[in-house]
Amino acid sequence: MKIAVCVSLVPDSTTKVKIGSSGKSIDENGVTFILNPYDEFAVEEAVQLKEKSGAETYAISFGTDKSKEAIKKAYQMGIEKGILIKASGDDYDSYTVAKNLADALNELKPDLIFFGKQSIDFDGMAIPGMVATLLNLPYVNVVTKLDINGSEISAEREIEGGKEIITSTLPAIIGAQKGLNNPRYPNLKSIMASKSKPIEEKSSTYSGNKTEVISMNLPPAKGKGKILENGADSAAELVKLLRDEAKII
Amino acid sequence: MAKILAYIESKENKFKNSAFETVSEAKRLSGVLGCDFASLVISNQSADEIKVLGEYGAEEIFRLNLDEMNSVKGGNIKYSYSAISKAVSEFAKQNGYTIILFSGTGFGKALSPAVSILTDSALIPDITGISVNDGVISVTKPVYAGKAFAEIKVNSENVVLSLRPNVFKAEKTDSNNAKVTDITSASLNISADDFSTVVTEVVLSQGKIDVAEADKIVSGGRGMKGPENFHLIEELASVIGAATGASRAVVDAGWRPHSEQVGQTGKTVSPGLYIACGISGAIQHLAGMSSSKCIVAINKDKDAPIFQVADYGIIGDLFEVLPVLKEEFKKVL
Ligand SMILES: Cc1cc2nc3c(=O)[nH]c(=O)nc-3n(C[C@H](O)[C@H](O)[C@H](O)COP(=O)(O)OP(=O)(O)OC[C@H]3O[C@@H](n4cnc5c(N)ncnc54)[C@H](O)[C@@H]3O)c2cc1C
Repeated sequence: MKIAVCVSLVPDSTTKVKIGSSGKSIDENGVTFILNPYDEFAVEEAVQLKEKSGAETYAISFGTDKSKEAIKKAYQMGIEKGILIKASGDDYDSYTVAKNLADALNELKPDLIFFGKQSIDFDGMAIPGMVATLLNLPYVNVVTKLDINGSEISAEREIEGGKEIITSTLPAIIGAQKGLNNPRYPNLKSIMASKSKPIEEKSSTYSGNKTEVISMNLPPAKGKGKILENGADSAAELVKLLRDEAKII
Repeated sequence: MAKILAYIESKENKFKNSAFETVSEAKRLSGVLGCDFASLVISNQSADEIKVLGEYGAEEIFRLNLDEMNSVKGGNIKYSYSAISKAVSEFAKQNGYTIILFSGTGFGKALSPAVSILTDSALIPDITGISVNDGVISVTKPVYAGKAFAEIKVNSENVVLSLRPNVFKAEKTDSNNAKVTDITSASLNISADDFSTVVTEVVLSQGKIDVAEADKIVSGGRGMKGPENFHLIEELASVIGAATGASRAVVDAGWRPHSEQVGQTGKTVSPGLYIACGISGAIQHLAGMSSSKCIVAINKDKDAPIFQVADYGIIGDLFEVLPVLKEEFKKVL
């Protein structure tokens, strides 16, 4: 079995976002980049499958050289091989990412492809389904449980207020949600080993974006709120404010 | 010429408010662009049940019967994401729709990526605004979990958009001119092969409102001290008709299910009212709820960061505040 995990590098969730000088993206100065947290569930699932029944495992990322960090983190967690598809610039939309990943996966032909359910930068939840459709493969996103039986798969997908049980067949694309497993912490040995491990580089196969960011802005600043200071004695006043001023109840 | 198709989600044969929001926005956009719009429903509802969409301005409505569609696969299934994606795409292509709107619900976010590829469209998910300049569409999309907003221009003839729930207005119109026309899976070339993913079972927790869809949310954090105290949150929520939410700290501690987690690695919510009880307001929590219309914080620490985003708040011990607050709400509701 051949398993690929698509990984991306994103700003750490504690990042205080500032807008960069172009006005079209964030200022990356001083920002720590990490493996997308949802990708950790994807990597862990692939590594557990490898450990259980043997598999060739790949981590694939589309991006600039910096994205190698995402692949290295996947190595540390137990992925064996890595491929970086080198973006020609840093100006790409979800279609361009999906097309490049799909082209690379089409060459690799894995039996199973994992993604994190969304990346925490653009939060689109778009790429897994786009890649799957470009490859004419089935996909299930937001998966919290996965059973594989030969070429049959059964997945639990989280939905509003509950879950769906979805069946499909391999090859397929699965988007990992928290709950699927508990991602491991890499040990020192694997961290050291990942440093010298080679990453195969491929050139980008597509760059024609379908969308363009024209500006990026911070949310409008909030006015000062009305904070009442008398504990339980303020409850009646709060309800009055919510009713008469905010008109929310 | 632009032409808009609104895919109207029906879950368990019912429309949620997000469905009406999508109809209203399609109608508004068709007015701005001066173009036609139609709605597509795939469900087992009767024509009369579907006509309620007319109250929000839908006139031309197409209906594909879900049972009829599922019968193409044979077998006993609930629905199939892959087959529905194919049906929406085929319908759009056959009839020249260039703009396809989905609700940005779990369902809409699962269908729209496939539909964007099948219709050769740009895809912009989870948007909070649409504007038109010289006939070119641009949208506002929250990024970095709401820490920033991107204005994105569409450079493609076709576009698929999903609308974040609770953001666009569902507006009633004066008259109902809805007309429902039936279409068949045969006309959309649906075959058994299109059912590559099949939902065999849907398990819903009974009677609970999900945070992602709720118009009011009462959330509890580590200040609640333990799972045994969350009845205070649940009781307040039930008085005001709210969903219950949680911070990651209490989800990680196993006090509350992950489905309730609000924040960067939980759910992003924009309810009308968000009440945060014993939540400090860490940046990852704020990311998920700062677009709520009215934020109320209850915290004993006057310097807690949550007060910086709060519209209203009470500084005090929540174990004293919550029971009184519940009674005060009861008086006026
Ligand atoms: C990668 C990553 C992702 C994350 N994603 C999320 C996320 O999605 N959602 C999320 O919420 N967090 C997330 N976090 C965690 C976040 O950083 C915080 O740790 C978490 O939000 C804290 O939860 P809390 O506010 O409940 O607890 P605390 O920060 O411990 O705050 C408890 C608050 O309760 C108050 N309090 C205590 N007792 C009382 C009382 N008797 N009456 C009134 N007030 C009282 C205290 O003053 C304090 O302000 C993430 C962290 C990381 C690293």
